[in-house]
Amino acid sequence: MLNQNENQTFQLIYHPGGAPAHTWSENDLLHLNMGPSHPSTHGVLRIELELDGERIVSVRPHIGYLHRGFEKIAEHLTYTQFIPYTDRLDYLAPLANNVAYVLAVEKLLGIEDQIPPRAVYIRTICSELARISSHLLGLGAFAMDCGAVTVFLYQFTEREKIYNLCEALTGARFTTSYTRIGGVARDLPPGWCTTLNKFLDELLRTVDEIDRLLTRNIIWIKRTKNVGTIPPQTAIDYALTGPNLRASGVPLDLRKDQPYLCYDELQFDIPIGTIGDCYDRYLVRLEEIRQSASIIRQCIQKIPGGPDNTSHEPIMISNFKVALPPKSNVMTQMEELIHHFMNVTRGPDCPPSEVYFAHENPKGQLGFYIQSRGGGVPYRLRIRPPSFFTLSILPVILPGHLLADIPAILGSLDFVMGECDR
Amino acid sequence: MSTLAEKVNLLKSAFPKLIVEHTEFRGQTTLVINSGSDLLKICHFLKHQLGFEMLLDLTAVDNLETSPRWMLVYHLWNIKENCMLRLRISTNEDPPTFPTVSHIWPASNWLEREVYDMFGIRFQGHPDLRRILMWDEYPWHPMRKDFPLAGRSWQGSNGLFTEPAPLEGGPFHILPGHHPSEPRAHPQQ
Repeated sequence: MLNQNENQTFQLIYHPGGAPAHTWSENDLLHLNMGPSHPSTHGVLRIELELDGERIVSVRPHIGYLHRGFEKIAEHLTYTQFIPYTDRLDYLAPLANNVAYVLAVEKLLGIEDQIPPRAVYIRTICSELARISSHLLGLGAFAMDCGAVTVFLYQFTEREKIYNLCEALTGARFTTSYTRIGGVARDLPPGWCTTLNKFLDELLRTVDEIDRLLTRNIIWIKRTKNVGTIPPQTAIDYALTGPNLRASGVPLDLRKDQPYLCYDELQFDIPIGTIGDCYDRYLVRLEEIRQSASIIRQCIQKIPGGPDNTSHEPIMISNFKVALPPKSNVMTQMEELIHHFMNVTRGPDCPPSEVYFAHENPKGQLGFYIQSRGGGVPYRLRIRPPSFFTLSILPVILPGHLLADIPAILGSLDFVMGECDR
Repeated sequence: MSTLAEKVNLLKSAFPKLIVEHTEFRGQTTLVINSGSDLLKICHFLKHQLGFEMLLDLTAVDNLETSPRWMLVYHLWNIKENCMLRLRISTNEDPPTFPTVSHIWPASNWLEREVYDMFGIRFQGHPDLRRILMWDEYPWHPMRKDFPLAGRSWQGSNGLFTEPAPLEGGPFHILPGHHPSEPRAHPQQ
């Protein structure tokens, strides 16, 4: 019950425990804590909100709940030993992280031109498979947060097939650790490309289904259109990358702008949005899945050696100063044994210098800045996590929205805390 | 990359005394700036005259036992012309302090907080210099080279505590730049 005074302040009259009356002024804001384990924060993100009614006035995100000190650990491991840690960055697209990390090390070593073409194609397939997997979950979780649970179930059926493909390729469903400095761990298993092609057919059908369910759905449009709009300049100021930046209309994609792997030999389009709201981010991700599927199809057609490697193309560099020699040779030949020993105990001998390499990951540019002082251990390894930048924009875009818009905006930004906190 | 070379020359002619080193490695350009006080002028020039609109990354390096000890590394990106530039700046102050660039590139707000949290480098004029990954009460800066990998034991308020992690004799590796005859396990710190 409220007792209205002349000076527009309100007093609580009902005190169950006999607590002293707290005087409320109408300027009082409601402080609300969201997270760190809230279903729509997609991980351990805590947001401190100030609400005026249902309208958000100010936002303070708190991160760091998943901080595991990867950059510190990296200073104590050889370059090869760090590969499994990259699985745990963006754990929705571990294959892409593996590729990004080894590309950075190879750039430091200066061997990026010597990687066998078959390995390059396999890496491209892996990156795009990871992109599909990440975007599917991003869209599914986004739709589920807005109340469309069907999409989540549909996409998880497809992601299950991706996990099966990963298992056949890498031996692990989740923590793949598939790439090696100088190549990839193993060749494509027999018949894998046929399964992959079959999966892509089914995937595109599901994507069309999701498209039909959401794109013209009036509830979906009302929840996402003109919500969480990021103007292009703001996106650039906060160093957003990946689909979140492209949805704001900035056509920045490293696959086109600074082609690496075999992206310059492939044909694909970069979808961009118009105003950068949640709906644009949804459309961009949806189209990127289709483009990735097309990239994988082209890779399967062009891969040197064919799907089953009939011409025995190598998948590892033959420079055994940086890569492990074949096990059969290690067991029989002295020189290979020495190489094996040196690689395992010391790691590849990197020149004392520094290098930065960014890979167009599903969530944005995943960059590795490596400062080496020679030897097989980095002196400093910095990971540039795209999700960190995505979250730093929240205090700018959330104020003015309704509390109920938060799940939609967080879902559309598609961040992952494992990468943000490292 | 010719456009990048032109831009570097423009920057050098605008600030002839401040750019002390210019290195190229694997197609990436690194410029070393000699003092912190003019960093803002250079950053302003880079953003508004040379079009480096995006601060891709900002991080620090602790060069323990060498002078100067603290180094900041900026990665800048020019979206229109697709080129990247790396800036490095060092200091030996105690406590290490640099001017903030958060009013030039808003992305550096959180990046500087992370550098402060992990290295204890302070940023003058930063709007909200709090810890970001560790909790507010935490007393150390874990990315410093003199902080042990296993961590330290600490007793905080409300039952918060940390303990060194069991490393089981590891890590098994060779320190960068050292070449002993045979790798050995490091003693547990």
